[in-house]
Formats: sequence, structure tokens, C-alpha cells
Amino acid sequence: MSIKLIKDHPILDFGHEEKKMVTFTFDNKEMKGFEDDPIAAALHANGIQVYRITPKTERPRGFFCAIGKCSSCFMIVDGVPNVRTCVTPLKAGMKVETQKGRGVLKSEEGEER
Amino acid sequence: MQTTEILVIGGGPAGLSAALEAASLGADVTVLDSDLKLGGQLIKQTHKFFGSKAEYAGTRGFEIANFLFDEIEKYKTLGKLKVFTNTTATGYYKEDGVVSYMVGEEKYGRIKPQKLVFATGAQERLIPFVNNDMPGVYGAGAIQTLMNVYGIVPGEKVLMIGAGNIGLIVSYQLMQAGIKIAGIVEAMPKIGGYWVHAAKIRRLGVPIYLQHTIKEALGNNVVEGAVIQEVNNCFQPVGDPMEVECDTICLAVGLTPTCELLWSAGCEMKFVPQLCGYVARRDPMMRTSHPDIWVAGDAAGIEEASAAMVEGRIAGLSAVASLNHVSQETFYDRSAEYHQRLENLRAGEVGEKIRSGLSCVCCKQWG
Repeated sequence: MSIKLIKDHPILDFGHEEKKMVTFTFDNKEMKGFEDDPIAAALHANGIQVYRITPKTERPRGFFCAIGKCSSCFMIVDGVPNVRTCVTPLKAGMKVETQKGRGVLKSEEGEER
Repeated sequence: MQTTEILVIGGGPAGLSAALEAASLGADVTVLDSDLKLGGQLIKQTHKFFGSKAEYAGTRGFEIANFLFDEIEKYKTLGKLKVFTNTTATGYYKEDGVVSYMVGEEKYGRIKPQKLVFATGAQERLIPFVNNDMPGVYGAGAIQTLMNVYGIVPGEKVLMIGAGNIGLIVSYQLMQAGIKIAGIVEAMPKIGGYWVHAAKIRRLGVPIYLQHTIKEALGNNVVEGAVIQEVNNCFQPVGDPMEVECDTICLAVGLTPTCELLWSAGCEMKFVPQLCGYVARRDPMMRTSHPDIWVAGDAAGIEEASAAMVEGRIAGLSAVASLNHVSQETFYDRSAEYHQRLENLRAGEVGEKIRSGLSCVCCKQWG
């Protein structure tokens, strides 16, 4: 899938050409995004909108506030759950996964959930 | 543990102005910001500001942010100012005045400041409707982040909820980015924002549905449409609901001050509808009931960036003065100038709501 970027803008220059494109995975699918853009923004550009599934009612959640205040965009990043993907910079090789439920810390793996 | 003379929490227009003011008076200043980039909402604003020359009239918001960044760099080079982005203040401990923070998601730290300016900004309000948690329902700030900061298409066709200034401005910005607006929905019988913004949008053929509300977001996993409903003066439904074709719903239904840290610090708080939520009581120098804590910008009541920047200046000035770093003459001169500028910004009919809100929370001086 192509990345959905704003090409022509009457006022803003996003400098997309100068930014470094890196590869990461979302649920094991390879994707591309700009290094240091928020993970959530990179996913959105790839057409991904569902970032987690809520613990009780199993409803999909995605981007919402974009300033790290609402917890809607929590995902598992490189094995760490509850990462605020709207304020976490994308790095090459990152493993980003849909978070189902509350997430498990590495230190408590194997314990009863 | 790290120490600093003045800690500013929040690197938006208010926080940066407070930091610059304090640094310009020789104080040692640290700024924490939870975002990846400084500037808060200012870097997302593409419209030209109103007001006078002192308030950067005619300059676009993101350009004003660039002026602030240049000054910030200057004081960083002088070693008077430290700035940490991607750093979220997580607590204020009133027993010892320590602030805890988180860098990224897993690194924690503590800092002990002598004086604090809380410029924590605001957060988006949500209104109740079916599926309001569905991906594709985004806050207006989030839409601006995607398209104006990162140049990413937020959606193909957006339904805007709210015809206040933010709803109108963001609708126009979306159109500038080549995105269609399905319509603007507003529960009130008239447009809340400035006519100049509404007129630009109407001329481009976008329908503004006054006395309408959103009833439901449609779709399975993500937004595939919306149902809107006409309402009467008592906000009760009138007539049949109407389906609107869209893939994104943008909520511009207001903001509320971010004030958790003020509560933890034990600052006297008051609910003021005109300022859009709980805000700290303060004196004219923006000092809260806690003698070491100042507040500025949207965290002190929802207003706009020009006033936020002046409030930041006042808070920074007063915080440094409390450390005896400022001559009386400088203090009085600057204070008089900033208060005059605030008065100008809040003059007339447009400032009426703010003025009445402030009259509920401002005290002449703390006893």
C-alpha cells in the first residue's frame, strides 16, 4: 500500500523528501515510515487505523488526541505494552503490534493474567 | 537528583514564553514537554494571527513558533535553558516539591525546582454519541497534528463537529490540504466562531448544519459514515435523522484545561464554565495559592495563543522576581506592559466571556 502524504500545500512545506524513510513491522507486516515521526502517524499513513482492542468490551481503538493524554493509541512496541504511539518516535526495525487487552509486562510474563 | 531554579511544565506558547522571560532575566530554567516537538498547538496553526504588532498580528502560528524556537536556541547556547521533549511530568510531590517525570515510556527521573510554572495546556472534549470511540473519530488537534505537522492525509472526507473557531479553521485547513469536508455540524442556532472564517468555508460550498448534532458514527471497525440529527432550542431531536457520507469525524467541541498537577500540588481550584473547566485561582501575576507555583496559557483557562504567550511572560517574570533576580524597575515596567497587552487582547465583545471567567478566579493578592 502506498503511503498517504499531503503532496501540495499552499502554505506548508513538510520536507518529506529530506526525511529518512525506515522499515518497521505492524503485526508482522512490513511497512515504511519516516524516522522519528510518531508511530501512530506512520501507521495512519499506511492506512492502519485500529491500534488496540479494549479489554472488556473488545472494541477497536485508534488515534484520538495525538498529544499523549487520552490512551486511545496504546500499542505493543518492541514487546513493551501500553506505549503511547502518538508521542513515541518511529525507529528502523521497530516491531509494532496491535494491543489486545491490558498488555503484559515482560517481568510478569508467565504469571496468571 | 537534578535541580533547577525554574521548572516550566509544557513547551507550548505559554510555557516557552515563560521560559524565555525567566531566562532573559538570568534565571536557570528547565522546560519539560511530553510531545516529540516543542511548540504545542502553535506549530499546527497555519492561519494568520489577529491583534497588534506585539502579538505578531498577520503572522501564521507556526511562524510565531519558529521565532520562539530561535530565542530558545539562543538561551540554550548561553547555558541558561534546558529543554527536554518526549518528557512527561507525571507527578508533583508537595511534601518536598519534587517533580517526577517519564522520558519516553520506560525511563523515569526526578527534578527539584525552586519555582514552577504549569503550562500544561488543554485536552480535547468528547461528546456522547454511538460509536464515539471508533477509530476515525479524531480530535481537532489530532487532525491538525497529522496534516499540518507530519503532512499525512487524515482521511478522504471529514465531517466536522462544532462550528466554533477551531471547527471552522480546521475545516479550512483540511480543504487547503486537498481533503473534502462533508459538512459542519453545530448544535447551537448560530456559528460560534468568527464570521470571517465561516464565510471562507461557505463560499467553498461546504454545508453548515446549525441546530444539528451527531447521533452515531457508522462502520464496523473504522468510521464509514455518520448519522446526524436536527435538534430544537432545547436540544431535543426534530424530524428524521440523516446519513452523511464520510470516513472521518473530527470533534471540535471544545477543550478543557489540563490541571491534574495543579490538583496534586494542592492549588486552590475552581470550576469556571467560561474558562471551560477547573482552573487554579491566581493573582494578577498568575501565581496560584501555592507560593511556588504559577500557571499560564490554556491550563489557566481556555483562551487563545496570543494571550497564552503574554500570560507565560507574566508568570516567568513573577517567578524570577520571587527569587530576587529582578530589579523593581524592570519588574514594574515589564509587568505594566504585559498587563496592558492582555487588556488589549481581551477588550471588546470577543473578550467578554474570558473577562467574566477571570473575574471568578483572580484575586488581587494572596493574603
